[in-house]
Amino acid sequence: MIQPEQQPNLLRSGHAACAGCGLAIGMKLVLQAMGPRTIAVIVPSCEGAIGGVYPYTSYGVPTIHSAFEIAAPTAAGIANALKIQGRDDIQVLAFAGDGGTFDIGLASLSGATKNNEDIIYVCLDNEAYMNTGIQVSSATPSYAWTGTTPEGNPRRKKNIMEIMAAHYNPYSATATIGFPRDLQQKITKAKNIRGTKFIHLLVPCPTGWRTPSDISPELSILAVETKVFPLYEVEDGKRYTINYEPRHLPIQEYLVKQGRFRHLKEEQIRKIQRDVDEEWEKLKQRARPSPKTRAFS
Amino acid sequence: MKDFLTGNHAVAHAVKLCRTPLIAAYPITPQTAIYEKLSEWEASGVLKGIMMRTESEHSAMASCIAASLTGVRTFTATSSQGIALMHEMLHFAAGCRAPVVMANVNRLLAAPWGFWADQLDSLSQRDTGWIQFYCENGQEALDTVIQSYKIAEQVYLPAMVSLEAFFVSHFMEPVDIPEQEQVDRFLPPLDLPHKFDIDKPGFFVPVVSSELYRKYKHMAQESMDSVKEIAVKVDQEFKEEFGRGYGMIESVALEDAEVALVTAGSITSTARLAIKNLRKQGNKVGLLKVRLFRPFPVEAIQVALKGKKKIAIIDRNLSLGSGGIFCQELRATLIHSPDHPLTYSYIAGIGGTDVTPEVIQKIAMEVMSRTEPVDKPMWVME
Repeated sequence: MIQPEQQPNLLRSGHAACAGCGLAIGMKLVLQAMGPRTIAVIVPSCEGAIGGVYPYTSYGVPTIHSAFEIAAPTAAGIANALKIQGRDDIQVLAFAGDGGTFDIGLASLSGATKNNEDIIYVCLDNEAYMNTGIQVSSATPSYAWTGTTPEGNPRRKKNIMEIMAAHYNPYSATATIGFPRDLQQKITKAKNIRGTKFIHLLVPCPTGWRTPSDISPELSILAVETKVFPLYEVEDGKRYTINYEPRHLPIQEYLVKQGRFRHLKEEQIRKIQRDVDEEWEKLKQRARPSPKTRAFS
Repeated sequence: MKDFLTGNHAVAHAVKLCRTPLIAAYPITPQTAIYEKLSEWEASGVLKGIMMRTESEHSAMASCIAASLTGVRTFTATSSQGIALMHEMLHFAAGCRAPVVMANVNRLLAAPWGFWADQLDSLSQRDTGWIQFYCENGQEALDTVIQSYKIAEQVYLPAMVSLEAFFVSHFMEPVDIPEQEQVDRFLPPLDLPHKFDIDKPGFFVPVVSSELYRKYKHMAQESMDSVKEIAVKVDQEFKEEFGRGYGMIESVALEDAEVALVTAGSITSTARLAIKNLRKQGNKVGLLKVRLFRPFPVEAIQVALKGKKKIAIIDRNLSLGSGGIFCQELRATLIHSPDHPLTYSYIAGIGGTDVTPEVIQKIAMEVMSRTEPVDKPMWVME
């Protein structure tokens, strides 16, 4: 069997992503695992910038740059048309950012998931509207600075995985670029499941997170090890599997490296730690003991 | 085969006859019967294809565009708030050159709420780049849906077929349902040149330069202009196959008319009766029905109204701050006319209010006696 990392690179170089962009790394890993028999949907976001300006493009598979709030129904329209044509060897992949998923595209994602449309939907979550220059979204974490929350975000990050699980869709998973093999295995798994597959992919953004451009993978790993972003899967909305046992590092190790959290008070840090611990306990209760728990580092 | 059908069911029959395999829709009164009938046929296997039951009209149109670009024929139906919600995607469909066909049941726009006939919902979308037809009855709606596919799939622009709420959507009339073999002969399968090609990966809807955007819009304008000729040709071919034709416009007793009435949609049927009554009384009144609204058949209308001195346009729609929308278009069409006709704008039937033959006769008689121009729209309040 061909391993995902042996497949050709379908995100060509020369694109316009910022230096150290976690989103570009994420797209590259996802496309590589998807393979060339894929039609991709992107929406206005940094994905558009990465797509390039006509007549150039970085995408190595047929791609449509659809409108902001319709990644899911666009992908579903393509998937159903392919079904009508009997072309069942082609997968349809939708990429949308956190704004396009958590906010403006939530209703259409819900609609497509309710219908169990046969698509793989990857939310590239960099935790704010980065393409328009760092504005708060409902994926922005507590107290984070953005251009529209100059005093820090007063609200907690929306739990998109629970929203997806409430649809009883066959497969949802979290992933992040610091665990590339886990990500590509999840994509490979999703390819073999019919129905709506959802991947919540955390992608650090040096520009918006106010970090150096060479630590995106490191931040991604820290997000997992501090339990800010646990790696897990949800099947049929009910079977939870934690894929990786984190090292339970204190939250400060993740926050201190990011300019967007520079202004945090002790009390706010303690609050974040409490929220993270609480969420982890909730997740552990949902997850069955998994024989698959494995380490990557 | 003749059957007794509502306008909505006539539209559903057309979609089935066109072998449209992908339908995406969302319920809204008074269109829902189209969605339900097609769902019923999809479930029973009468209609071979997939019904996408989306969570909004906006997503329905998104799915239609995407499926169209994958190379399959698509359909949706909507009305009022639904078409308003779709607005963004209507521009997108035209920009993608996706030959989606849509039925729109003309219903007033809130606020306040109501379900009644009013053409503002689709006329508000006049600049979105869709071909637009306005139909008088169920038969015409059925036939126009079939024609629309043939036109849209030649010029690669989407097409909208409008029928008014209740007056057309729900009234039952005898409708001739064409035979499947006839429609198959008339309408070839969709063959879209610009669809996804898995072996030759391309990038749809890229970011372009200002110059390219301009060039692209210019090309779209040329395609839209070509509809005027293609629609006439398709209508003739339709007549040869099915024995019915409509033209882009229709002239009724215009030749010697001193007053020409201009209508679109179901008011046309009433106007036909009014003209008969007026003629019986010796009043020389004629009628111009406008069926194609986008592209606006400027040249054909200029010919049809040549020599007319007085024209009354009856609009079941209103652009606040301006007036009747068909009237605006008509005045622009006649601006260089050497006849300098007096054009009178009547707003009638707003919000589904009844426009009886008597109302139309009264308008005609009033215009007969008028000698001075009136810029403002005149409201019929009975």
